[in-house]
Amino acid sequence: MIWVDTIVQGILLGGLYALFAAGLSLVFGIMRLVNLAHGDLIVLAAYLLLVIVSMLGLNPFVAALVAMPVMFAIGYGLQRFVLNRVLGADILPPLLVTFGLSVVIQNVLQEGFSADSRRIPAGTLETASLPIGPVTVGLMPLLTLLSAIGVILALQWLFYRTSLGRAFRATSDDPVTAGLMGIKPQRVFAQATGIAMVVVTIAALYLGTRSNFDPTIGPARLIYAFEAVIIGGLGSLWGTLAGGIIIGVAQTLGAAINPEWQILAGHLAFLLVLLVRPRGLFPRAND
Amino acid sequence: MALLETHGLTAHYGDFQALFGVDIRLDQGECVAIIGANGAGKSSLLRSLSGVLRQEPGMVLLDGRPIGALPADDIVALGISMVPEGRRLFPSLSVEENLMIGAYRSSGNGAWDLDAVYGMFPMLKERRTAPGNALSGGQQQMVAIGRALMSNPRVLLCDELSLGLAPVIIRDIYAALPRIRQAGASVIIVEQDIGQALKVADRVYCMMEGKVTLEGTPEELSRDAIHKAYFGVAA
Repeated sequence: MIWVDTIVQGILLGGLYALFAAGLSLVFGIMRLVNLAHGDLIVLAAYLLLVIVSMLGLNPFVAALVAMPVMFAIGYGLQRFVLNRVLGADILPPLLVTFGLSVVIQNVLQEGFSADSRRIPAGTLETASLPIGPVTVGLMPLLTLLSAIGVILALQWLFYRTSLGRAFRATSDDPVTAGLMGIKPQRVFAQATGIAMVVVTIAALYLGTRSNFDPTIGPARLIYAFEAVIIGGLGSLWGTLAGGIIIGVAQTLGAAINPEWQILAGHLAFLLVLLVRPRGLFPRAND
Repeated sequence: MALLETHGLTAHYGDFQALFGVDIRLDQGECVAIIGANGAGKSSLLRSLSGVLRQEPGMVLLDGRPIGALPADDIVALGISMVPEGRRLFPSLSVEENLMIGAYRSSGNGAWDLDAVYGMFPMLKERRTAPGNALSGGQQQMVAIGRALMSNPRVLLCDELSLGLAPVIIRDIYAALPRIRQAGASVIIVEQDIGQALKVADRVYCMMEGKVTLEGTPEELSRDAIHKAYFGVAA
């Protein structure tokens, strides 16, 4: 029975990794931009939530609703005024810019909040649990997974059922012809990054309430997110969820065998999937 | 005043100059054909009209208003839409989504909507859920035309509609043109197929090496004059 429990906990952990990765997947899928500052933006959003919670005394979930438009604006502006300028045939400039951005965010956060590790208080929710059949699951991990599924459902709806989603896909296919349709690629990219930052805010909510964070932990979270995106197949949102769950399960299984193996097991699972399916589990057909 | 006109239009790709002072005019309700050999500058001209290539503002006038420097997405909103060379359908979008995205900036008033396009090209309705690039070349061309019409343009620019298509398919495609004009669009077509161009156009411009070398109605242009304007005077 301990194995069932371990796998269930792994799936729940996978929800957190999928949330880390969903924004990354969204941005990459639309504009082929690899955002190396993604992890740091999650940490930035976590500090924003911390400030809102401690200054206004709001529940973290309500604080996330307040933070979402702020993060959307940050993402929109970041894309519009910085990243759009470096997007092009050469993939190196955006990598360098987002790498630099990562360093800047970490240092600004250290300057403002010191290197102490912090946590967003979530009251009794932190320890609440729910018996489901033979296993007991924490309410926060369960909410995390449900949020991840909700985020991916919402993004799928946006992509395949709305005019903006059609514009996203068309611009991703062919920005010049998209322009002939009246679409402004620069604005579409800015909207996409804005939406990615709303997802980042949701990721930050669970990152910040479930564990401690400090200004430098972004890059480590980014690695799990990358692995989830790549295992799932670049640009596939459901693939990203599957990728997150594979890494989560591998990590908890590894930890169950020997606590030292937790991180290693996740990376090994990543390499194993790449060995069998080099393009990931659900690669997009037309890449 | 002409609906759409160019004044001394030039176009450059880096150091290479593709157009050397082109003056053309399109009147309301007219269908103008632009013919010429490969590399004559026909596509550069259409790309300048549609805003894919941006030029000096005064080089392109719509209702006398300078629009030469506007980007493609603003040009569409002003009522000029293009069927690009090679169709350029969006592979991630279904046939119906390809059509719908043509109306991205349109308010939805006008003759053309999904039903009108399906009415003109019924086979597209059967394939509406197929990905854009899963269709035959002729059907893709129909989608590209329908997509451009969805914005209810005042000016429709068609770049090489016949490219890579069988003669019987080309005939079907061109059979749609009278209906498009009837619905209110003025049309500029670029063609390598001179016979086809002379058949449908009210006026013809012939281009060579980035300049207009001949202009006239199909009736007044002799085969010989077109031949000279097309290939240059034989040595």
